[in-house]
Amino acid sequence: MEPFRQHRGRVVPLDRANVDTDAIIPKQFLKSVKRTGFGESLFHAWRYLPPSDEHGEHRLNPDFVLNHPHHQGASILLARKNFGCGSSREHAVWALGEAGFRAVIAPSYSEIFFNNCFKNGFLPIVLEENIIEQLFQEVDALRGYELLVDLENRRIETHHGEHISFEINEFHRMCLIEGLDQIGLTLQHRDAIEAYESQRREQAPWLFQGPAEAAK
Amino acid sequence: MAGKTLYDKLWDDHVVHRNPDGAVLLYIDRHLVHEVTSPQAFEGLKIAGRPAWRVDSMLATADHNVPTTDRSHGIQDAVSRIQVETLDANCRDFGIVEFGMNDPRQGIVHVIGPEQGATLPGMTVVCGDSHTATHGAFGALAFGIGTSEVEHVMATQCLVQHRMKNMLVRVNGRLGRGVTAKDLILATIGRIGTAGGTGYAIEFDGEGIHALSMEGRMTVCNMAIEAGARSGMVAVDDVTIDYLADRPYGPKGAMFDRAVKAWRTLHSDPDAVFDHVVEMDAGSLAPQVTWGTSPEMVLNVDETIPDPRNEPDPTRREGIERALVYMDLKPGMRPADIKLDRVFIGSCTNSRIEDLRAAAEVVQGRAVAPSLKQAMVVPGSGLIKRQAEQEGLDRIFLDAGFEWREPGCSMCLAMNADRLGPGEHCASTSNRNFEGRQGHGGRTHLVSPPMAAAAAVAGHFVDSRQYSAAV
Repeated sequence: MEPFRQHRGRVVPLDRANVDTDAIIPKQFLKSVKRTGFGESLFHAWRYLPPSDEHGEHRLNPDFVLNHPHHQGASILLARKNFGCGSSREHAVWALGEAGFRAVIAPSYSEIFFNNCFKNGFLPIVLEENIIEQLFQEVDALRGYELLVDLENRRIETHHGEHISFEINEFHRMCLIEGLDQIGLTLQHRDAIEAYESQRREQAPWLFQGPAEAAK
Repeated sequence: MAGKTLYDKLWDDHVVHRNPDGAVLLYIDRHLVHEVTSPQAFEGLKIAGRPAWRVDSMLATADHNVPTTDRSHGIQDAVSRIQVETLDANCRDFGIVEFGMNDPRQGIVHVIGPEQGATLPGMTVVCGDSHTATHGAFGALAFGIGTSEVEHVMATQCLVQHRMKNMLVRVNGRLGRGVTAKDLILATIGRIGTAGGTGYAIEFDGEGIHALSMEGRMTVCNMAIEAGARSGMVAVDDVTIDYLADRPYGPKGAMFDRAVKAWRTLHSDPDAVFDHVVEMDAGSLAPQVTWGTSPEMVLNVDETIPDPRNEPDPTRREGIERALVYMDLKPGMRPADIKLDRVFIGSCTNSRIEDLRAAAEVVQGRAVAPSLKQAMVVPGSGLIKRQAEQEGLDRIFLDAGFEWREPGCSMCLAMNADRLGPGEHCASTSNRNFEGRQGHGGRTHLVSPPMAAAAAVAGHFVDSRQYSAAV
């Protein structure tokens, strides 16, 4: 996983609450068995116009904010509350990452989406609603608005040089900064897992009579 | 010291290791697997050369992509077919029990887990699917995870987790006749909002919950995620234990008795403290209908669609305005004014035998309105389908003009061929009414099975209680 320490990038504002993962990446794109190929389909129903002819070619919807010329190349998404609600599909984070995004800033997230971000070098920043509102106004007022996300110091620096701190739990911060393989990290506790299992097997043996064992 | 909540007990029982930073390594007892969120996880294991830690903890089935029509010719959509075949191959390679598309036990992953006794009280249950909350109905800690976490559980039998806060939804009194678990959870979401449960594990308790069957409790816990909570749960009682007697993968004989003793402790202590408590009055609830594009946009069947001008919060007002445009509805309209195109009875929320019986009771002796393009019933599993056929429910639906389908997720998320056309309104017993959820441009209204059945007969929403047999 690509480490995340600092990132400077252009901001695109997505001014609606409760953006769900069906909207971020619709289900027709979840049939792939691969981890890549989702970027083109990010926000598909909003980003493209309905196909106008039988060839079904999708043209960009010029009204959708991600398609505005001055937002091209943006890598930070500014969003409203409860971002990423709904389905657990990690494809939503993969699609954002492939479309060039490294971070999202919102007042709140659905928890599954939030957790999925840290597995993919993608930073979800939580800020108070009034600060989010201020950022929306600043972004609207200035074309090419940029932010510096400084994860090492847990703060962002606005286009105008203002520093705004954010909170993030230490485990998530370390995973991003080090680009950690979480499975490898957990397997360092192999002995503890095995000890737990053998004690649990004594206490509650019915938990270990799983399908594969029953099939034998 | 205050007593423990059910969530506290389940959490404490599964802690393998505590990191100094507060994160916990949590042991996972049961891992349910389906075709959409697992292929990249299996691929990750193979690339890293890692074995699965405990294959007997896993149970797999194909549900999201499978056709609900005749399966003798396989899956027509090549991309869907590859995904299902990939699951088959991965389960073969790793030695995981899978109910393949043509297995009579195949069905929606959240239906077959409990049906097989693979879901048991006191377990941690995960699946790469947000509706895993369903299994909390058994006094289990169940939550949905992403694909990286699917791989993590496969490789380590654990997840790195942070403790959630405790919320209690206490349901006082009992639901009235013709008012269902679905109405209860929709009304709860309407009350606390789709982010109201974020950061919490919700325990549903009170007379109104413990009067429900296991099917009803599963419906309630299933939609905890629509209230923002990853987990919903209900304490173990006699109803739970009766349901679990003699399930294929559950304990039997003396082992069952021993397990029951442990299961009886799975409730919140009387002096347990919750961070937040919500009180619901079951007796006052009416059948619910969602009008908008978020499950919190919900009404009593006889209420009117809200006017955004009356909403003081600008973000909410904009949400209402956007939803009215998408749904092509006007403030002041009632659910009865919404002309329907299709009716869908199914999904992990409402496809169990009790749901089908409740819908059939409304449909019996009546016919689907000629104005509808389609009304379909999709049982949650092959075993439920068979049971319904033994009870003659299939005849009731077919005689009325419903389609009687093979089990799967179907039109809940429209990954297979079952979907809405642009602009179509659907009365659906599923769980999400997001834009495009049931098909591009489709308009979903979430309701209970009897409400969907009554809507199919009338061609628009009606209070299903007027069609129920008189008591």
